[in-house]
Amino acid sequence: MRYKSLTITSIFVLMAGVAGTAFTGENWGKYAAGEKRSGYTFMTPETRAMQDDDFANPAFLWVEQGQELWSKVEGEAGKSCASCHGDADKSMKGVGATYPVYAKELGKLINVEQRINQCRTERMKAKPWKYESSQLLGMTAYVKNQSRGMPVNPKIDGAAASFFERGKAFYNQRRGQLDMACMNCHVQHPGKMIRANRLSQGQPNAFPLYRLKWQKLGSLHRRFRGCNKQVRAEPYPFGSDEYVNLELYVMWRARGLPVEAPGVRM
Amino acid sequence: MATKPRVKVPQQVKKGEVFEVKTLISHKMETGLRKDKKTGALIPRKIINKLIVKYDGREVFKADFHPAISANPYMSFFTKATKSADMEFTWVDDDGTEYKHTAKINVN
Amino acid sequence: MSKQGSTQTFTRRQVLIAASGLALAGFVSRVRPAIADAASTQEAIKKVIGGKDPKPGRIKLKLPEIAENGNTVPVSFSVDSPMTKKDYVKAVHLFAEANPRPNVGSFYFSPTSGKATASTRMRLLKTQNIVALAEMNDGSVYMTKTKVKVTIGGCGG
Repeated sequence: MRYKSLTITSIFVLMAGVAGTAFTGENWGKYAAGEKRSGYTFMTPETRAMQDDDFANPAFLWVEQGQELWSKVEGEAGKSCASCHGDADKSMKGVGATYPVYAKELGKLINVEQRINQCRTERMKAKPWKYESSQLLGMTAYVKNQSRGMPVNPKIDGAAASFFERGKAFYNQRRGQLDMACMNCHVQHPGKMIRANRLSQGQPNAFPLYRLKWQKLGSLHRRFRGCNKQVRAEPYPFGSDEYVNLELYVMWRARGLPVEAPGVRM
Repeated sequence: MATKPRVKVPQQVKKGEVFEVKTLISHKMETGLRKDKKTGALIPRKIINKLIVKYDGREVFKADFHPAISANPYMSFFTKATKSADMEFTWVDDDGTEYKHTAKINVN
Repeated sequence: MSKQGSTQTFTRRQVLIAASGLALAGFVSRVRPAIADAASTQEAIKKVIGGKDPKPGRIKLKLPEIAENGNTVPVSFSVDSPMTKKDYVKAVHLFAEANPRPNVGSFYFSPTSGKATASTRMRLLKTQNIVALAEMNDGSVYMTKTKVKVTIGGCGG
């Protein structure tokens, strides 16, 4: 039975007790692009300060690991990342702003994590890293960090178009026992409190990032899984096609926001 | 991730100038109060319980950490120097392992 | 039941499920081992500074008003002291009154420190008082206490 009068707003009032202020009128500088606002702007000053200082930001423990691995020779081909790509600060610039991209050889999208593992298995003849391993998180953060400050601008036309549409459909599809879509929180209610936490716009531009809750670096797909579990839905596997398509859609939503990888969030 | 320290000190300081030292080290800081989700057994405590900082062989800062210190412990403090020397950092793990790092500071 | 494409309304059942589910999640996450209180914090303090009676003042704590997550709460302190050989801070001790164990950390200084200021990050189980004690070289002890609100639950993911 449906009660038309119970709009979606009710659930947030029920959950939170109070609706939060929406930070209106503040000038967020580079952390905003039009109506879009980085998750950074939804954090407390203390959490923002932790991201502002590369030394205080614990995510850089992983970035440094990625930097070391960049020139580490592994696999039967006797190569490292640097053997083909040279200096990451030149060759990887822009990567973090444009992925996921369409991979012709696979006939689907791949994200940075998957491109790294593709290089490892095909070029280096080395073992792929496990999704969410410190190595893969570290390398992904190191690669994306080379694009820090560049505006997010993924390609969604041509061969990517149909995957983009699938990601968009996922974003708007209700799921789980709570029957909620990504957009129900992140489009309709950013800035409001959901219980004790403030909802953000769900922008992906700072991933992989250090979450205070996780006490470590984590991928965007880990966050997707967490959100899916919160609405009591079965999460998809790390690196699944569903999540890579969704990654392209949310990156498109974030276009114009700067790459912040690796960020710090609550 | 393998335990790895990061240290930030100024490369160059004036004699007697008070300067900040920042340190960070990757470590889970297992409290000993958490239970294994599958077995229900307590996960044994394993933390970094001490940070000792020496300059030119003399202790200039020390900290005792309890399990309430966050994972990947961050510590910043101040000190001053009268001559160029090495600053040696030692983090002591519950299992006895010592993680070390050395930074050179030039004093003029 | 709802169908795809209807994004504006929730059924009453959904609202109730959502509210109860989240309330339950909050409850479960709060089942923890026995926690410390102000009395056991006093005991822990006694162990560190002996029978001395702390005076108010000289030490300042810097803490967030609201900690977004209790796993990583930044804390800084600063003690008003000339830090000379005659008059300096020997140590600062931090306690969290409502953690499973009250002790957080002890930090040792000398005149070489220049100033008795330091920062670290700590875990807080819930909203509580943080107690900071400064031990001076003359044996006197100063104390301050600050409350931190800790966010529990929410849409953690």
